[in-house]
Amino acid sequence: MAASSAEEVLAQAERAEAEKLRLITVHKDLELEFDLGNLLAIDPNPPTGLRQQSGRGLEERLQGLARDNTQLLINHLWQLPTERVEEAVVAKLPEPSLRLPREKPLPKPRPLTRWQQFAQLKGIRPRKKTSLVWDEASKQWRRRWGYQRARDDTKDWLIEVPGGADPNEDQFAKRLQAKKERVAKNELNRLRNIARAHKVHLPSQGGMHPTGHQSREELGRAMQVAKVSTASVGRFQERLPKEKPPRGPGKKRQFQPNIGDFAAEKKGQLELIRVMNSKKPQMDVTRATNKQMREEDREEAAKKRKMAKGSNRKGHGDKRKGRPLGPGGKRKGGPPGPGSKRKGGLAGLGGKKGQRQGGKRRK
Amino acid sequence: MLIKGGNANAIVTQVLRDVYALKKPYSVLYKKKNITRPFEDQTSLEFFSKKSDCSLFMFGSHNKKRPNNLIVGRMYDHHVLDMIELGIEKFVSLKDFKNSKCPEGTKPMLIFAGDAFDVSEDYRRLKNLLTDFFRGPTVPNIRLAGLEYVLHFTAVDGKIYFRTYKLLLKKSGCRTPRIELEEMGPSLDLIMRRTYLASDDLYKLSMKLPKALKPKKKKNLSHDTFGTTYGRIHMQKQDLSKLQTRKMKGLKKRPAEKLTDNQENKSKKIKRRKID
Repeated sequence: MAASSAEEVLAQAERAEAEKLRLITVHKDLELEFDLGNLLAIDPNPPTGLRQQSGRGLEERLQGLARDNTQLLINHLWQLPTERVEEAVVAKLPEPSLRLPREKPLPKPRPLTRWQQFAQLKGIRPRKKTSLVWDEASKQWRRRWGYQRARDDTKDWLIEVPGGADPNEDQFAKRLQAKKERVAKNELNRLRNIARAHKVHLPSQGGMHPTGHQSREELGRAMQVAKVSTASVGRFQERLPKEKPPRGPGKKRQFQPNIGDFAAEKKGQLELIRVMNSKKPQMDVTRATNKQMREEDREEAAKKRKMAKGSNRKGHGDKRKGRPLGPGGKRKGGPPGPGSKRKGGLAGLGGKKGQRQGGKRRK
Repeated sequence: MLIKGGNANAIVTQVLRDVYALKKPYSVLYKKKNITRPFEDQTSLEFFSKKSDCSLFMFGSHNKKRPNNLIVGRMYDHHVLDMIELGIEKFVSLKDFKNSKCPEGTKPMLIFAGDAFDVSEDYRRLKNLLTDFFRGPTVPNIRLAGLEYVLHFTAVDGKIYFRTYKLLLKKSGCRTPRIELEEMGPSLDLIMRRTYLASDDLYKLSMKLPKALKPKKKKNLSHDTFGTTYGRIHMQKQDLSKLQTRKMKGLKKRPAEKLTDNQENKSKKIKRRKID
């Protein structure tokens, strides 16, 4: 009797549980895939009920399907661990599992600082140090550096005046000053490392560096600026025996005088109109050859760089280079106009070997 | 980034405006029409993406051959990665549904239904692209009461039905609420037209994870097909003669037996050498 009533009670409890869960259970043939980090659910069940339906029936079916899928997703979300954040119940989401492509390429690794370069060169490896050091003066374990460190010489309450020092000098102030200088030097080095990393070239006073680490170009520029900084703007400065005259800041635009050679002006303008009207594009041989040579030089330099970087960067380099030349085919040193192609090629070779036709050929 | 083509009609413009409303703080809608064809020339799209620093875009256009055209795409490093062209067959706008909308900036739930999304490569990319497009920012926690709306994509018979529903949480017997849905947002019937999918190596490049994010492999662990985990322990070499075993006093050798054993061992050694 008792047993049967116990069974009955259990059965009733089970039924009550099932009732409770009835409202939220959904039956599916295939389980859904969940990516809770993205609040995503994928239902692989084929939508058999939806074929050959249209109009209102379709909408209702779609809504029913959506409701079922959403119910399952919500069930899973409600099972996540929750916490209370400012009177709201918040669930902790896991990491998104769907891998999506990045928006921007991976960031490049930072360039090494001056010390890191030196250490790599010499093979110096960082030695593991203990973070606490025994301080004899205060008879306790103190930090190696930082707040209340072990050997802080600015905190000495008694300093013996060293043998050869001026008796009226303030030793405490001297130590504080030395510390300030060390801090300033460290800060300067840190900023210089950052500037080198971002390739920022700040103009320095007089073109000189305080610590003397300067590149050849910077020294050259500093020398030029110094030469011109005289009362007569560098006109009477002597030059070293083998030094070449400075190139000058560059030619400004030259204009013809307003009332000059009329015949030449007329000829020039007629030539211009003829060129503009002609159907075939005219080709400036020197400009074309210069462009071609520049392009070749650039390609060679890029190839050398690729060789230097090694095989694992090679493929990506190709991809990067190849892409911008996409469908438009916008090559810079591209083949010149249709008619004069042959001529340009041959003339280009000739131009390279022999004549300098006054074109702006860089050395 | 939502752009109108040179000949965008009212439907396409309204679609773009609705998507802009859905994705409010994280999208930019360009008002002017741009006469470009994304499938032929991607440079102007790339220029826009550089200017506005957006990588996801939607381009709407309309012509006789492709009516009500919508191109959804994404970029990697400001170069076009994937583009999928969808045709809009039926469209019901946000303002045609006369009910309350959810606040902007909420993270939507996404559901893809239909086996087509797993079968074909185009559909798989489309699923990936739509997830990328419509999911909001990645957050570590989410307020359970703040789950407001659901975007439901169903692939049936070559058509994709896109519906947006608002979530109503009803009481149920236990902690998890019962869901009721109310159609709220734009609803689109789409068919897939052309696709422009990225080449495999560009896609692989864009999926590269930095070293820090790669999951660390646990060494000396292996898994069975049945789910059992096996671990491997490396021990130092043990001197087995010095093993502490249970001592049975009865089996202890008596001195006389020890002597005979020694003699046997010696004769055994001699025998071995002879055979050698």
